[in-house]
Amino acid sequence: MAERIAFELNGEQRTVEVTPETPLLYVLRNELGLNNPHFGCGLAQCGACTVHLDGAATRSCSVPVSAAAGTKLTTLAGLGTPEKPHPLQAAFIAEQVPQCGYCLNGWIMTAAALLRENPHPSEQQIRDGLSGLKCRCGTHMAILRAVRRAAQAA
Amino acid sequence: MTQFSIAKLPLDRRSLFRGTGALVVSLGLPGGFAAAELGAAVKPPLAPDQLDSWLAIKSDDNVVAYFGKMDMGQGVDVAIAQIVAEELDVPLARVSVVMGDTLWTVNQGGASGSTGVQKGGIALRNAAAEARRVLLELASARLGVPADRLEIADGVVAVTGDPARKLSYGELIGDRYFDLPMKWNGKLGNDLVAEGQAKPKPPGIYKIVGTSPPRFDVPAKVFGTLDYVTDVKVPGMLHGRMIRPPVAGAVPVAVDESSVRDIPRVRVVRDKGFIGILAEREWDAVQAAERLQVTWSEAAPPFPENAALYQHIRQAPVLKREVPLATGEIEPAFAGAARVVEAEYEWPFQSHASMGPGCAVVDAREDGATLWTGSQKPHFARDGVARALGLPQEKVHGIWVPGPGSYGRNDAGDAGIDAALLSKAVGRPVRVQGMRYEGHGWDPKGPASIHRARAALDPNGAVIGYAFESKGFSRVDIDTNESDPAYSLAGQLMGLPLKPLQGFGIPAEAYGFANKQLAWETIAPLLDRASPLRTAHLRDPVGPQIQFASESFIDEIAAAIGADPVAFRLRYLKAPRDIAVVKAAAERAKWEPRPSPRPDRNGDTLTGRGIAYAQRSGAVVAIVAEVEIDRRSGKVWARKFTVAHDCGLIINPDGLRHCIEGNIVQGTSRALSEEVAFDPARVTSTDWLSYPILDITEAPEAVDIVLLNRPELPPAGAGESSIRPVAAAIANAVFDATGVRLRRAPLTPERLKPALA
Repeated sequence: MAERIAFELNGEQRTVEVTPETPLLYVLRNELGLNNPHFGCGLAQCGACTVHLDGAATRSCSVPVSAAAGTKLTTLAGLGTPEKPHPLQAAFIAEQVPQCGYCLNGWIMTAAALLRENPHPSEQQIRDGLSGLKCRCGTHMAILRAVRRAAQAA
Repeated sequence: MTQFSIAKLPLDRRSLFRGTGALVVSLGLPGGFAAAELGAAVKPPLAPDQLDSWLAIKSDDNVVAYFGKMDMGQGVDVAIAQIVAEELDVPLARVSVVMGDTLWTVNQGGASGSTGVQKGGIALRNAAAEARRVLLELASARLGVPADRLEIADGVVAVTGDPARKLSYGELIGDRYFDLPMKWNGKLGNDLVAEGQAKPKPPGIYKIVGTSPPRFDVPAKVFGTLDYVTDVKVPGMLHGRMIRPPVAGAVPVAVDESSVRDIPRVRVVRDKGFIGILAEREWDAVQAAERLQVTWSEAAPPFPENAALYQHIRQAPVLKREVPLATGEIEPAFAGAARVVEAEYEWPFQSHASMGPGCAVVDAREDGATLWTGSQKPHFARDGVARALGLPQEKVHGIWVPGPGSYGRNDAGDAGIDAALLSKAVGRPVRVQGMRYEGHGWDPKGPASIHRARAALDPNGAVIGYAFESKGFSRVDIDTNESDPAYSLAGQLMGLPLKPLQGFGIPAEAYGFANKQLAWETIAPLLDRASPLRTAHLRDPVGPQIQFASESFIDEIAAAIGADPVAFRLRYLKAPRDIAVVKAAAERAKWEPRPSPRPDRNGDTLTGRGIAYAQRSGAVVAIVAEVEIDRRSGKVWARKFTVAHDCGLIINPDGLRHCIEGNIVQGTSRALSEEVAFDPARVTSTDWLSYPILDITEAPEAVDIVLLNRPELPPAGAGESSIRPVAAAIANAVFDATGVRLRRAPLTPERLKPALA
């Protein structure tokens, strides 16, 4: 049965009426019309669907929309704008990171949560913190440069 | 709704047709036409022999280039803009590139063989040079000054010494058309050549080519505002999912639609083996596809045990054999050899495993259709959809929208045909996206193969005979593009006649061995139709596997005679560019000359270095890999790569470096991790856990790149050249570190650990 679920999405209060077991990703993409984050695996294995729920990097393909109720939800498009980019977005542009770019939600949203916890991570902490995310195009070297750059800018 | 292009949108049709009337001037122009003929109000039909098919100049002085190949996120569109800006003498910021729309671009073959710049750039360069020539003549007529007293800068033609007398390109022809023929060789696709009368600039005076402007698409990707093909939403659109057989080759006997009756407004579409399921809401379609009860035929599992794959290849009858290179006399050389070195190598099926499963949207109507596709060959994808729907090609509008990664013929093309057939069946636009198990389990695969190498040595260790043979599944069970539905999953499930193709390849090297033979053989596919192990082009098709074997074997010969691997290569390489990359990589990596393996192989962490080189379609690359191996686990870390890269004239050095890094990382992944797993019934590596790719914790510490620019040579492709020698460089480094020669890829801990005990 559909239920009313409310949360703050990129700074705006939103309410949806959906079955609460629906994965959050489908609600964001279809009911709320966001074209980002992306479906990559539906198994929480790749990160292409990553959003922040109250600041925590979360794989939206594998949590029910009910988990978002009452939270502050941020997507990549809500993290920063061209006028006011998040330091990671500025760094990913400076380093020209993405190839296809479909994976970027995972890397930037996870790194943003990582840098909030640990603003000056070591190389190993960056790698460990991003472990498990997928980039099939193989932009790993540029991702690492960008996260280091953002950490240095902090 | 979606945006249709990464670059700026094309001029809209209305503005294009709102011409301001033909320009009337009287001066005759060289070349058999008059300037009065220029400035047409109506665009000539899209054809390669029309200058207007390649570029347009707007009244605000901006330039639109129409590119019939594709950028897959490596900045090919930026390179094309640089080439056009260079030839036209306009600032790069004024040039936008339209690609992938079949109404606006001619078919230059899409992304294919890393020829975006190498081949696709030629027509654009010629067109821009031709446009500049004509604009100069036009200005000459308008200003009443001979062309040799005019100069062009930033898209403005001015009188030399009298800069106030000037006309911009926009003033000369903005929003109107050249209506000028180009010479066209009559071909479409990669081989299309179009040229005008103008001669392009000599590279020595380039100002924009050779610089590194940033990519057009990066900011939108980073801010999460770029729409992918997965984001296309069309009014009235249904969501579709496909049902694939649980045993490869099984066909549906019965479909129980009551099994999904509790899900709102579900529709099942079935035609022979083709089953799709549709719903108004995407999540409903996903659940319905999971729950739909289908009774399948009792098909005999078609595949061998995974462990028996290479034995199968060895024993299978040969369908086609080719010997593309044979010099001297092989058998007498071996008969007279003092010593023979032999080895055999094995490479598994590999998956495209794109970040997102294939997706397409099709709106099939009675009188025509629109296809939104992420295929890297959108013109051909359009042709395939037209055929599947029984529509004339020109009635189908193909629109490319960036897809979730593309390295060849992945599952994007199948999604287009699936969506077309479903849309036709229900009379509404349909969006089809695969699930992850389809992205890994049902995409076309890179072929598995074995490679046998033999070298005949004389008493001094000189190579007097060399034979290399590959035997494997064809690289093209299905064709390289999607223009024929017979090569689609849908077409094969619906019983279209099969048209198998045979192709493999030979090592891309130029060792000057006296008696040398390079050959290949193909065998039949394991399942003739709709196979989850059907093969198609995957980045650098058959390059990594062949070069893994051939460049590993070169090191085996060097080791057999106690020679340093770099010195051994240089002894037999003759071409200056080959020699230059090998030397440049060795020098930059501070290569220490000595034979492999290294003499001191103690301790828990073993280290070593290896080199490999490869040619590819006019490019040549040498790579030194440095590895660290954990003796206890057998795990290989490819710690550092040094890459010497020569692809002729470099258009955008920074873009090239990124492109090489991607090749190295993806190549490392394929060398160390990637192997499609299957059982007799199906592919069993259907997600990221069962098909692991290189994790960021396993990424190299450094990729050091030496670019050898060759302005005197035309630009060659760089999209695949440097992936080719990666696996061999790593395998050679593993041998150097451990003394263990791994001849089966990927080089997993399970394979290395027992040998280190």
